[in-house]
Amino acid sequence: MEFADILHRCFRCGYCKFPDNYQDFNCPSYSKFRFETYSPGGRMWLLRAWLNQEIKTSPRLAEILFSCATCGNCVERCVFPKFKDDILHAFLAAREEMVNQGIVPPAVRDYLKALQVHGNPYKLPGGEREKWSTGLDLEPYAGQEYLFHAGCVGSLDERGMKMARSVVVLLKWLGVPFGVLGAGEICDGNEARSLGEKGVFQSLREQNLQAFRTLGVKKVIALSPHAYHAFKNDYPRDPAPFEVFHYTQVLGARAKKLSGLSSANGLRVTYHDPCYLGRHNQEYQAPRRALKSVPGLQLVEMGRVKGNSFCCGGGGGNFFTDLLGGGPESPARARVREAAGTGASVLAVACPNCARMLEDAVKAQDLQGEITVKEISEIIQGPMQT
Amino acid sequence: MEDVYQELARIVGPAYVSNQPEERFIYSRDPGTMEPREPDFVVLPATTDEVQKIVLLANRKKVPLVPMGGGLVLSGLSRPLKGGIVLDLKRMNRILEVNEKSRYVLVEAGTSQGMLQAYLQKNHPTLKHSVPDSPPMATIGGNVLIHGSGHLSHAAGFHSEMLNGLEAVLPTGEVVKIGSCSISPYWFGRAPLPDLAGLFLGWFGTTGVVTKVAIKLYPNRPWQDVGVFVTEDPELVPEVFYQAAGVQVAEDITAWMAPKPDWARGFQHVNINYAADTPEELIWKRNLIRASLKKLIDQKTGGFLPLPPPMKKNFLEAPQTTLAQFADVRKGGGFEYVGGIMPIELFPNAYRAGIEIAARQGTTYSTGARIIGPGHCMMFFFAYPFNRADEADVERARRALEETNGLVLDLGGIPWKAEAPAQRQILGRMDPGTLNLMDRIRAMLDPQGIMNPGNWEVR
Amino acid sequence: MNDLKFSREICERCETFDCLTRCQYLKMDFATAREERGRLLQGEKARVLEECVTCYACEEYCPYGNHPFYQIVERQEQLGIWPVPKPVTKQQILMMAPKGKISPKKVQSPVVNMCYFPMFTGSIRGKLFEGASTIVGSDFFCNVMWLHFGKNSVIRERLPEVIANIWEHYLSDSGVEELVCFHDECYGTYTRLAPAFGIKVPFKPVHIFDYLNKRLDELKDRIQPLGQKVAYQRSCSNRLVPETQPWMDEIFKKIGAERVDRKYDRENALCCGTIFRAQQKDDLADDVQKRNLDDMAATGAKFCVFSCPACLFTLGESVFKRGIMPILLNDLCQIALGEGMKGG
Repeated sequence: MEFADILHRCFRCGYCKFPDNYQDFNCPSYSKFRFETYSPGGRMWLLRAWLNQEIKTSPRLAEILFSCATCGNCVERCVFPKFKDDILHAFLAAREEMVNQGIVPPAVRDYLKALQVHGNPYKLPGGEREKWSTGLDLEPYAGQEYLFHAGCVGSLDERGMKMARSVVVLLKWLGVPFGVLGAGEICDGNEARSLGEKGVFQSLREQNLQAFRTLGVKKVIALSPHAYHAFKNDYPRDPAPFEVFHYTQVLGARAKKLSGLSSANGLRVTYHDPCYLGRHNQEYQAPRRALKSVPGLQLVEMGRVKGNSFCCGGGGGNFFTDLLGGGPESPARARVREAAGTGASVLAVACPNCARMLEDAVKAQDLQGEITVKEISEIIQGPMQT
Repeated sequence: MEDVYQELARIVGPAYVSNQPEERFIYSRDPGTMEPREPDFVVLPATTDEVQKIVLLANRKKVPLVPMGGGLVLSGLSRPLKGGIVLDLKRMNRILEVNEKSRYVLVEAGTSQGMLQAYLQKNHPTLKHSVPDSPPMATIGGNVLIHGSGHLSHAAGFHSEMLNGLEAVLPTGEVVKIGSCSISPYWFGRAPLPDLAGLFLGWFGTTGVVTKVAIKLYPNRPWQDVGVFVTEDPELVPEVFYQAAGVQVAEDITAWMAPKPDWARGFQHVNINYAADTPEELIWKRNLIRASLKKLIDQKTGGFLPLPPPMKKNFLEAPQTTLAQFADVRKGGGFEYVGGIMPIELFPNAYRAGIEIAARQGTTYSTGARIIGPGHCMMFFFAYPFNRADEADVERARRALEETNGLVLDLGGIPWKAEAPAQRQILGRMDPGTLNLMDRIRAMLDPQGIMNPGNWEVR
Repeated sequence: MNDLKFSREICERCETFDCLTRCQYLKMDFATAREERGRLLQGEKARVLEECVTCYACEEYCPYGNHPFYQIVERQEQLGIWPVPKPVTKQQILMMAPKGKISPKKVQSPVVNMCYFPMFTGSIRGKLFEGASTIVGSDFFCNVMWLHFGKNSVIRERLPEVIANIWEHYLSDSGVEELVCFHDECYGTYTRLAPAFGIKVPFKPVHIFDYLNKRLDELKDRIQPLGQKVAYQRSCSNRLVPETQPWMDEIFKKIGAERVDRKYDRENALCCGTIFRAQQKDDLADDVQKRNLDDMAATGAKFCVFSCPACLFTLGESVFKRGIMPILLNDLCQIALGEGMKGG
């Protein structure tokens, strides 16, 4: 297995479980399950034992491996510079092994099957992908400066669609020239990659590259940080066939123009850094610039922000497999408790996965009266009624 | 054992008990060199009530019970030597009370060092606790109970000396409170009562499960600095310790010596950390410390390194993240150390012997010493890294550790948090009266012999 | 072997004893200075040998270029005087020892010698250093620092090897003769120290100020004048090469910055203080740093330019706390060229 040579170097010191200020556990699976086995160090040691046949493949081992949200906190915090960058690579390589052996949790199997058969995890026909933009009069992509990529969640999940609609309305208002692929859009493949299904990912990548080449796409605006991450890091680089932006970067660059749109009247907002935009790609400023463009908006920061952000639990396929969901100790519920603790009445998000995970968590945590989850463009386009 | 499992699941909920191979694998090991010992169950209780029920169950079924905090002792004390239940206490991590005026904090025993540190920085920034150099996952309870030491130990002693009181579940299931808290709503100390804390400190969990601890807090002064005093003659170091510690203004005095990098070999570095409320006070303390070492400075046999501010940052960190990095020296994720508690005048002997042992066993090493109190003793550590994927390398480290334990005892010191074989060495040299007392206490408190058996076994 | 080119006769005939009477730290009167001069020439213990803070200024003050400071260091070593405690000195000698990690490669002009400051290689960027190659590592360390430690012997031992490393592994093979010295110290080493010890230098050292001036001329259309007051922390090693000061004035003029007039600049410059701490003279270091920083702050300067990385490490944080931005000279030029700070 690739990266197997780093597994024994883990000291299980546990720095990987924390943010840099140690304020709370920052590994989503450890935070929820609390067995050492569900921590990055536990996984490293278990994978080595598995490869050495000291432990057998089992549903528990598969759950331990697939409950990793791939948030990257461990990579950020590990104190061993010589191999820390490969920790997640090792986990993904192990997932590939398990996928190849056909030993994955049922929820993972179902997700991958849906993706293979239907091209999306919702088992919906491809034509459904264009419905999110009904009534918005969006142009089909035909050589505009940007292609807007909504992604599976943005096209087919109710909350995701709401977010996609809000974002494109704002982009249009800003005069950003873009088109969409509608029903022709294909999954970016990030979740397939992060679940270890290399073959499906490569196929999706090739399809996207072919489509973009044919259409002459040079710049892509991604709704989802997951797609942004895949396009930027796992599609070809040197040279990259197209530039990719997260929509908050487009908004952030136009913050001055946005400032006339609405006023926040002292609204207290706290921002949740999504892992695939923040920690994985170091983009912390653009979303904040976009938020601060709203006059009167007070940005209050949680204790765990930027490189220390606590994952909502929706990464690594968990948005679909829900291995981290449920219970008061789910990462999403812990996160909304932290957000409410700042005194903010709005929790701002920049990712459709985070939007759904955290919104559901607010309800589960009974915080509806205290805090509302809103995506950045939704905040910018209108004052909040809380 | 299925009935035990079912009972445990009823007590803590099925999500927090496991008898699965994965948990049994991980909890059978710690990152040191000791061989694995598998538990039958791993349980994560959330309350004292749950702990009590588990203890009663263990008693009824005569199942061994091993309390565990961070699992970072490295000498394998949380491995269940005779199977049974490992009690991972880290879900019990609430910070219950901070008394600012009397400077103490009450926490559940599984509270991590890191979270307490963060909590105090945010909510009580004028206070701090003595942070050990173990990773922040180490627990407050675990570290106190093994007589740990840390960044305030020169100022205030072992972490066990900073204990104000505790709550524990005895091996027979009773919940007891030790210290002022047994009478008063305050957890201000153990005096003036008969000090029953000694029934739990240093016993490696063989006398009960500690569920809450109250520890002293200290002023968190905003201005901090460190002086690194260098000598090349180990015979001078006790004098450095004696003089610098005698000033009693520093918070931490810790020496470090290593053969790598090359420029460090043969030199002894003594880090003297101090803090102040104003820049002027900081300079005053610096000058007092310097004045205490004037003789060596004037003789040119020792001096402070001229460290520009950016180079001091590592030395001002608590815990020092670079210490954990020692585990990758052999590219193998492991190190273990013998911490010999001994008088400070034994420094040159310990230093030389450590180098000899490492050479004899063919292993690399790192040594150092943390001063406890105003030089009342030191924790001299001999650390040996190893590559856990290379059994021969692990064995070299193991032999070096074993020889070092013997050395420490021969010098007149005592290995701290000693692993089971070293415990036998210690007991082998112990005064018979003391031995007998330990035995009687164990028998009285734990008639079934369920608590972490295999440790401190007198008989 | 490599005798120091110090002329006893010149020293004997000197009537002004500038090296001692102008010293900012010893503050000797004329009579005391004469006596000291006598002891030094006789090879006897003298006050200056114990108390010299190694600021290098007397190299600049001597009107005859007779290397009074190198001679002080020579005497210290001959008489077994350790300005810095022995363990600290010995450890520094080990720390800065050549490690034999040389990777010969083809280089192209301009070749910038980063000495043993790899952390600043990133600042060799942009139009200012377009096409530049860099040389960096322990095997290229200029070794002038041993003057602070009373160890001319280490300079004699290591410097010829360093010069050979640079010439044989990089410059000669690539047909490049000029070496841009990022740090004053290196330029001082190759133009003053090496000749003083009779060590030949086959390449042509170029001072960073000289290089920057030429490049700024070539890029003058890109310059946006800064319009800022800038203080300058003159390093000890610049005392070895005082002719470079007017070059710095030219740079400031070209980038539209005002080199603020302050008490502790030019010939009155104060050391950053790190070496005083190495000498265990903390009170002196505190005093010198305070006076220096107060002086900078009083000018209203927005930046403090450093041409010495060691001064930057020592004073950068304190300067910043006074509301003045610490910056390397080349980075300041980069701002004037619209290329901003790295990562900015």
